[in-house]
Amino acid sequence: MLEKAIQGSSRYWVWILFLLSLIGAGVIAYIYQFQNGLGVTGMSRDVSWGLYIGQFTFLVGVAASGVMVVLPYYLHHYKKFARLTILGEFLAIAAVIMCMLFIFVDMGQPLRVLNVLLHPTPNSVMFYDMCVLAGYLILNLIVGWTVLGAERKDVPPPKWVKPVIYLSIAWAPSIHTVTAFLYAGLPGRHFWLSAIMAARFLASAFAGGPALLILLCLIVRKYTKFDPGKEAIQAIGKIVTYCMLINVFFLGLEFFTAFYSGIPGHMHSFIYLYAGLHGHSQLVPVMWISSILAVIAIFLLIFPQFRKNEGLLAVACASTFLSLWIDKGFGLVIGGFVPNPMERITEYWPTFPETVISIAVWAVGFLVLTILYKIAVSVKEEVVFDKYGEKQIQG
Amino acid sequence: MDRREFIKIAGISSIFGLGGLTAFGTLKGKLEASQTGPSQNPQALKAKRWALVIDTTKFKTEEDFKRCIDACHKAHNVPHITDNIKHEIKWMWTDTYEHVFPGVEDEYLAEKVKEMPMLVLCNHCDNPACVRVCPTKATFKRKSDGIVMMDMHRCIGCRFCMAACPYGARSFNYKDPRPYMKEEDMNPEFPTRMKGVVEKCTFCYERLAKGLMPACVEASNGALIFGDLEDPNSEVRKILSERHSYRRRPELGTRPSVYYLF
Repeated sequence: MLEKAIQGSSRYWVWILFLLSLIGAGVIAYIYQFQNGLGVTGMSRDVSWGLYIGQFTFLVGVAASGVMVVLPYYLHHYKKFARLTILGEFLAIAAVIMCMLFIFVDMGQPLRVLNVLLHPTPNSVMFYDMCVLAGYLILNLIVGWTVLGAERKDVPPPKWVKPVIYLSIAWAPSIHTVTAFLYAGLPGRHFWLSAIMAARFLASAFAGGPALLILLCLIVRKYTKFDPGKEAIQAIGKIVTYCMLINVFFLGLEFFTAFYSGIPGHMHSFIYLYAGLHGHSQLVPVMWISSILAVIAIFLLIFPQFRKNEGLLAVACASTFLSLWIDKGFGLVIGGFVPNPMERITEYWPTFPETVISIAVWAVGFLVLTILYKIAVSVKEEVVFDKYGEKQIQG
Repeated sequence: MDRREFIKIAGISSIFGLGGLTAFGTLKGKLEASQTGPSQNPQALKAKRWALVIDTTKFKTEEDFKRCIDACHKAHNVPHITDNIKHEIKWMWTDTYEHVFPGVEDEYLAEKVKEMPMLVLCNHCDNPACVRVCPTKATFKRKSDGIVMMDMHRCIGCRFCMAACPYGARSFNYKDPRPYMKEEDMNPEFPTRMKGVVEKCTFCYERLAKGLMPACVEASNGALIFGDLEDPNSEVRKILSERHSYRRRPELGTRPSVYYLF
């Protein structure tokens, strides 16, 4: 099926070239970082993780969220998602690849990456994170490729793939739970030391990921003949609505515990992020943008008449995605390091090379996503009817 | 052999290849670990669990602190990074009472006490969070004497240990540290580091192996007391049974091996 990726319109190639140029800039920036060390980033002795690990954390959520279309279809036989599962699985593949790259560019000694395999350490959550991420990537590759291949040949998918699909459904929450455990088990980091961390991670993932999927569906429908289906998009919209509300509820629980208990250590990071602490307030505007976007998103999502308008749904999804991207991809990680264990404050802001490298990792993800979606869409355009006999192309 | 068959065989053999590599690595890991075990030197100082007691009453002037810190940083080729404080490397340093013991706040506490400098270093916890999180066992608690060690050749620079340490005791080499060392101050017997690895105090394991006390203890004029916490007759145990002592953030269950006397 790979040949479909090299047959495209000029618009397709311009997009690919654009992504390649971003990747090229990132490679140059990475060589600079590789030669000079992580000192070229904004990270410090006090804020020892930054944008890279934040983006990794956020993208694990996007990867896990593929399950939100796979589960209703395979476990509840929700037929409207039949055309969508492949988009969810391929999004998961692109997201996991970005996760791995963000971990890699964050390493001080990247050439020693195999030490994690050479000295497997089962007491480290990072060891499990590596296992579940790699496993999830393989599961989605197998499932996505096999099911799409069967659709192309107009035959039902082989029987053996069913158990693999069920395994991948159970696997999805595990990748994000383990990622939350990277943070939630550290003594002395009050901001992260919260039992609800994994639940909050899952809620935000199942809002942010599907929000991105809706946007991708709208783009695919606009630029190709493939139609993911209006009802399917509306159904994902409902998922985004509920999960976003649950996410904000969970954040509220964190606020309640911190501020009603009044324990200074529990309040400090929240105060730093949303109001500034001892005159340090670099992240305050960013966190408020995230909060305002969340309010806009929820306002547009909870009223069905707004949500049913695809234009407004797109605005709501973009707001949801951006809000969570800031909250989880940035604030959550930095907030845990400020103030430091000695209750001193060092602020963090990504540098230029760090930003270029991060954009390049996203570009790699979009390149993988574009190629995979191109293949999926080409197959669907040829097949014309989905497996329930409904036309899946426009016009 | 057609293409499909070739790919199958190549795939299977590469999986076995990786497995073999892992087995070899584990074996090699054991050998390396045994090399960093207790010294065979008969003069080596030995203990079941090393501990350091800091008598804060004996640190009166800035010079008292500086002597210990300089001795440590010289003995271990710790770079002196001043151009960007964010990239600082420190094994031993000072901070004020209110920052060393945060949460012991009291608005009426004498300004003199709040601002009182204290020596800080790795606590060599009995239950170290940094060791628990390390994905490569590059940092590990030595079974023989409880020292939390650092294998800077194995560290991948993921900095999980820095997020886990509740005492801010770990430093990361954000850049090549070698240009920040003065030739005349260097100790040729201790290795220098490369960029991209984490480092911290190791209770001078290399000096203990030669029968020497840690460099800071030697330079402290009796203000630092080093000994075996599990030996009831050791000097540290005697002092701890007689005088009032504190450990940093004991509520976290890390069980530090560094005590502060007031």
